[in-house]
Amino acid sequence: MNAPASKLQPAAATTSPVVEAKALSLTFETADGPVRALSDVDLSVGRGEFVSFIGPSGCGKTTFLRVIADLEQPTAGDIRVNGLTAEAARRARAYGYVFQAAGLFPWRTIEKNVALPLEIMGYSARERRERVARTLDLVNLTGFERKYPWQLSGGMQQRASIARALAFDADLLLMDEPFGALDEIVRDHLNEQLLELWARTNKTICFVTHSIPEAVYLSTRIVVMSPRPGRVTDVIESTLPKERPLDIRETPEFLEIAHRVREGLRAGMSDE
Amino acid sequence: MTASTPIAAPGSASAATGTVFRRLADGKALPIAIVVAAIVLIWYGFTVYLNAPWQIGLYQRADTEWTAADLVRDTMAQERPVLPAPHQVLAEMWKTTVEVRPTSNRSLLNHAWITLSSTLLGFAIGTTLGVLLAVGIVHNRAMDKSVMPWVIASQTIPILAVAPMIIVVLNAIGLSGLLPKALISTYLSFFPVVVGMVKGFRSPEAIQLDLMRTYNSSRTQTFFKLRWPSALPFLFTSMKVAVAISLVGAIVGELPTGAVAGLGARLLAGSYYGQTIQIWAALFMAAALAASLVALVGLGQRLVMARMGARP
Repeated sequence: MNAPASKLQPAAATTSPVVEAKALSLTFETADGPVRALSDVDLSVGRGEFVSFIGPSGCGKTTFLRVIADLEQPTAGDIRVNGLTAEAARRARAYGYVFQAAGLFPWRTIEKNVALPLEIMGYSARERRERVARTLDLVNLTGFERKYPWQLSGGMQQRASIARALAFDADLLLMDEPFGALDEIVRDHLNEQLLELWARTNKTICFVTHSIPEAVYLSTRIVVMSPRPGRVTDVIESTLPKERPLDIRETPEFLEIAHRVREGLRAGMSDE
Repeated sequence: MTASTPIAAPGSASAATGTVFRRLADGKALPIAIVVAAIVLIWYGFTVYLNAPWQIGLYQRADTEWTAADLVRDTMAQERPVLPAPHQVLAEMWKTTVEVRPTSNRSLLNHAWITLSSTLLGFAIGTTLGVLLAVGIVHNRAMDKSVMPWVIASQTIPILAVAPMIIVVLNAIGLSGLLPKALISTYLSFFPVVVGMVKGFRSPEAIQLDLMRTYNSSRTQTFFKLRWPSALPFLFTSMKVAVAISLVGAIVGELPTGAVAGLGARLLAGSYYGQTIQIWAALFMAAALAASLVALVGLGQRLVMARMGARP
């Protein structure tokens, strides 16, 4: 897990955007009246980018991710994934989705869990074996193939769920607070591993979080959102280098970006 | 291997006795034994109390002197007691299971087998029907709205009222013997399976269903890879209830037919001739049968759950 950083394509070298939202709005009809989860969101995510969505709960960051995944339908505006509609992209299996909870099937071993999407997508038994071995290696879970989920720690379960999302080689990875339920030490470790994985696979990652250090540490771009209605209030380009050891979080540059994110979040809150 | 065997053998033996002691210490065996002993004691008390008036009348007509000890002894040895003593029932069971040929008409085992076969057939049909209905209810909105009320309504009709109709109607179209009885078991046993499996098929978490959607999984794939395995624990719980009431259905089904064989027929014949001991023996046999069937389903559950990687 130590691919040279030079192999990375710079985010600027994108051709067509992977995700493109134009004037996107989504209103939920609830018993207490309509809730505007997303209001007029314009955003474009280029190939190979690592984009974090940060904001307080109710700001629509998860909703936005679910719209990209075609798990929610927008009420207005347009969303394109790989140039297709969200539904067509989902049918083309354009993305892997990592949920807040690992959501592993308890009756399947780790290797069977990772093989689940491959079974559904009709890969041959031989190819399934190869891909499971490869992706489990990618998340450092080799040796745990025959274990059941309950035999693994929470962090390992979440790594297995990432392997499951990677198994079918979608270029886009959507992650919804994947480390939110884990303790800080495990989270640091997984953040580090995720960056290495991103460097090795060169995927586009959309990452929802409510942790400022996590967003700053991981991202090439940080999208700050605010609630009522859910909207984008700021987009911050990271000036950090590609190679990011954990102690980069002590540098003035890092703290400066974190400060900007915090300011953006505060500005969003004071609108109320 | 030869060297290790003598060392291993005493170890495993002491482990076995260890578990017996541990179970006793866990306090499972002892409370059960106390409860059983209490029930037997109360039963003997009622045997004397309920059979005494008839016995005393007997003494008075025969003009015999009697003591309390006589009364206790004689109330437990009547031929047609109001309430037979436990040992009388056990003796009757011994006599009709061990001391007669299993094929004989007097054998309780023979009667139990006849009832068991229609129980199992009815249970199998009922479980299959229940699962199929649940699949329909979960996957089809119209069925969800329309079928469930009828399923519930079907169980509000007393089975004793329905059973003779089923037997008569099926007889009229030339079906007799095992199947009509089994269908009464089915009528009772499909219900807990429908209710349990609808809940089971709907038990996957939203996150798991979303996950299947991100894979663009078909409904069939989602069913077999997610809904069915999620529902299995519910299936076994439902089947435990279903197998017990299947037995009730089979016995009830034997009553209106004037069946000559089966535990139901045995109960009916016993009540015609005032053979209370025979009735109680048949009841005990039915209870033992029900307990074994439920235990078997439980065993199946443990085996399947172990294969599905359940935490031991």
